[in-house]
Amino acid sequence: MSSARTHGGELERGGAADHALRIEHLEVAFRIGRRERRVLSDLSLAIRRGESYGLVGESGCGKSTVALAATRYLARNGRVSGGRILVDGQDLLSLAPRELRRLRARSVAMVYQDPGRALNPSMRIGRQMAEVFEVAAGLGGRAALERAAEMLARVQIASPERVLHNYPHELSGGMQQRVVIAMALSMNPALLILDEPTTGLDATVEAEVLELIARLHAELGNSILFIGHNLPVVARVCDRVGVLYAGELVEEGPAASVFADPRHPYTVGLLRCIPGYGTSKNQGRLETIPGFLPSPGSSGGQCVFAERCANATGRCRSEAPPPVDLGGRLSRCFYPERAPALPRQGATPEESRAPPVPRGGAQAAQGGGPAAPYAVSDGAAPPILRTRNLSKTYRVSGKPLQAVKGVSLDLWAGETLGLVGESGSGKSSLAKLLLGLAAPDAGSEVELAGEPLPALADERGFEQLKSLQIVFQNPGSALNRSQTVRRLIGRALRLAGLFGRAREARLRELAASVRLTPRHLDEKPRQLSGGLKQRVGIARAFAGGPRVVVCDEPTSALDVSVQSAILNLLVDLQAQQGVSYLFISHDLNVVHYVSDRIAVLYLGRLLEIGPAQAVFAGPHHPYTAALLSANPGLENRGRRRIRLSGELPSALNLPSGCVFHTRCPRKLGSICEREEPPLAPAGARHAIRCHIPAAELGAARPAAAPPQDAPAPGG
Amino acid sequence: MSALSASAAPPAAAARSRAAERLHAALRSPTLISGAAILGFWILCALLGSRITPLDPYADDLLATLAPPSAAHWFGTDQLGRDIFSRVIVGARDILIVAPLATLLGTVLGTALGLAIGYVRGALDDTVSRVIEALQALPLVIVALMALAAVGTSNVTVVLVIGFVFTPLIARTVRSAVLIESELDYVAAARLRGDGTLAVMFIEILPNVLPIAVVEMTVRLGYAIFFVASLSFLGFGIQPPSADWGIAIAENYSLIGSYWWTVLFDAAATASLVVGVNLVADGLESVFET
Repeated sequence: MSSARTHGGELERGGAADHALRIEHLEVAFRIGRRERRVLSDLSLAIRRGESYGLVGESGCGKSTVALAATRYLARNGRVSGGRILVDGQDLLSLAPRELRRLRARSVAMVYQDPGRALNPSMRIGRQMAEVFEVAAGLGGRAALERAAEMLARVQIASPERVLHNYPHELSGGMQQRVVIAMALSMNPALLILDEPTTGLDATVEAEVLELIARLHAELGNSILFIGHNLPVVARVCDRVGVLYAGELVEEGPAASVFADPRHPYTVGLLRCIPGYGTSKNQGRLETIPGFLPSPGSSGGQCVFAERCANATGRCRSEAPPPVDLGGRLSRCFYPERAPALPRQGATPEESRAPPVPRGGAQAAQGGGPAAPYAVSDGAAPPILRTRNLSKTYRVSGKPLQAVKGVSLDLWAGETLGLVGESGSGKSSLAKLLLGLAAPDAGSEVELAGEPLPALADERGFEQLKSLQIVFQNPGSALNRSQTVRRLIGRALRLAGLFGRAREARLRELAASVRLTPRHLDEKPRQLSGGLKQRVGIARAFAGGPRVVVCDEPTSALDVSVQSAILNLLVDLQAQQGVSYLFISHDLNVVHYVSDRIAVLYLGRLLEIGPAQAVFAGPHHPYTAALLSANPGLENRGRRRIRLSGELPSALNLPSGCVFHTRCPRKLGSICEREEPPLAPAGARHAIRCHIPAAELGAARPAAAPPQDAPAPGG
Repeated sequence: MSALSASAAPPAAAARSRAAERLHAALRSPTLISGAAILGFWILCALLGSRITPLDPYADDLLATLAPPSAAHWFGTDQLGRDIFSRVIVGARDILIVAPLATLLGTVLGTALGLAIGYVRGALDDTVSRVIEALQALPLVIVALMALAAVGTSNVTVVLVIGFVFTPLIARTVRSAVLIESELDYVAAARLRGDGTLAVMFIEILPNVLPIAVVEMTVRLGYAIFFVASLSFLGFGIQPPSADWGIAIAENYSLIGSYWWTVLFDAAATASLVVGVNLVADGLESVFET
């Protein structure tokens, strides 16, 4: 490492000691090919002792690079090309290897996104945790294990002794992340860096881990650098936040004020992209941020956000704005006061290129009014897709694993049915059964437009295949990396029976309908961004003119600004073509936005199904109530969360009676353990599988203005 | 790092030329360059053969048998007085025909077999995989020797036998890559538009496992050269009157105590060819990984 500005460090040590982390004018460059690309420029931030600081941005903005630079773990082709980093008062860049090791052992700890990869799979938890104390604190085996158990108790693991004897794979993702956090905190570091610690976790688990982090922060008083892409999540944990865009800190300030009153157009755009609590497609389109993130180091001499900013003026394109102090907060914008009034999109460059889309009455419909294009049959017309008693039992070393049990659903033409549930709930298994990628158990029925569907895709005719298509979760895996976009979509057009010139014409039309330009047709997937790849996946699904499209978490791998564009596209295509969606997601706000009806799945059972508003407004199944309260939306700030006790039971060993009784906060008694409740009506087209009568389930979450510290229901 | 790899948001021309990037990486890899130089030298020898030798490699000179290296005979002469330098140059030809053909045959068959068992799975995979494991427990040279003893030895049978012996080895490598590919969603997407098993295997999956097969092929080529030389040494490979290195070593190894030059240069030629091929294999592997 190069920089050796130790003299300045000595002089300022007095001031720097108040900060757990202080970064001054940091520049980091990566060598790619033969060129140096600057990925962070003029980045300054300071985290006071005991403060929690959130760093927010979309992928590619340089968030992780900040974390790596702050621990001097940059990849080999990266280097700090300017600025200083002070950790716990020490100038990181001038430390000798020995001192650096000591600093890493005692002063900084890091928690990464994937806890499964942070733990050694061949070592028991106890051994791994004891090692920290043995190496860093010089404790002996017995004492080290005791300290490890203490740490586990501290992160609210109920039976530390048992967990110490477990191997990492025996623990769930949430438990693993607790263990990693316990390990990170074991030396009581001055600075704890959390790099997207909850991104891979389910909503209810995420809520628990966030709560834990906030509590530990209050108890132990370590400084926290929390890196995330999800603004509401970060806002929940942090005192102050910084918003990173293209390697620059564009806005910084107290969490509450940045989110309530953002002063940089990028922050404004990001916040507007997220579907709010209880918003629906009937109320209008989602906001997007047009354009693309500039490639690292390419926008010298102008504002990095100018190309995508509706407020940009000539000055923004000829001059890079310096950070402006707005009284306790910063914005790197010439016109911070204009940011809140950033024009809403009606005709942004990207959208105006799109073909006109009929959205009859969508804007007019406020709240309850039934908007025409999404009006759904009340059961008079036959459903387009119908399942009865759909079940799937896998065999895992001889033992039955019931992934889906007795699911009966109807999907009408032109409607969206949202499917919600945590991982392991059977959402994806259900999708596979419908598509014919797995064969259901005997006795299951699937009908498409009144005709029974053969179990497997290989047995289905072309007509049936093209009527039922899927948009996959991970666009990287869904597209064959050795084929061009033209070929990827073109092969799917064979289903439509098109060849030669007609096929090429239809291909261009299709590409245009998902807003791909002809230039993209000759590119391969790795040349496309995540959002563009997902558009190709959507074009492929729509190639044959499908009647039902299964959307399997189509936006969960994407950034929020891209997510909103993809959701808009899906909604537009539905309005144009009258296609039905089975929309799977774990993000309740996204599901509510796109769905007409919502079904809640838990351990393969349908626990609740009903119109989207009814499911959100109540009465709720106790599980739905817990899911809704785990929603990290800003609306949930200051409200008590419904806590689910225990872990998701194994599908190999399902609970008797009601599958939810082991974690239910409103369990009645032995009846829940003995008898599986029926799916009982709870309102118009709304049904709940619970022994508690619908009238008593009540609206656990009043839809009205959030009361402060509302008491947890049933508690 | 992850932040960087994900940052290719504008799909501009920067990303366009992956082939050019790879070529560039290849040209900068010292491993690949040195391997290619060695291999190129021997290929040149094989192509030009007796046209570039200083003396006739097949001419006896009974007055100058077992002469040590000198200005007239740089590598000395053998028992029949033939010029060893010339024979080493010409000796590259047969092995550079037989070994690559055998490897190519093994790669083609092995890739097809690996695709089939990796994609179809089930009973086919179980059966074939067990057979492959059983074969791998046997010493391959012995298997090849017995087969050649049974069918008779010629360049064609050597190619076939080594090709068949390599097939299961390559099939295993390809199979494991296919298993990973089969789990990816694009395979499901292909099935959902009605593609048949063969179309999925050869049109969808094959292009993505091809780099692995190519690297495996170059690795196997090194083994094949060694394999052919061993068989020739044992008398079951390339047959006289070829100036093959393995045959030369077999003819002269009893003289090694007093007439070292009759063995050393042929052995060194074999070794250098194997090393050259392995350097190319290593270089290719790292280029494909980038």
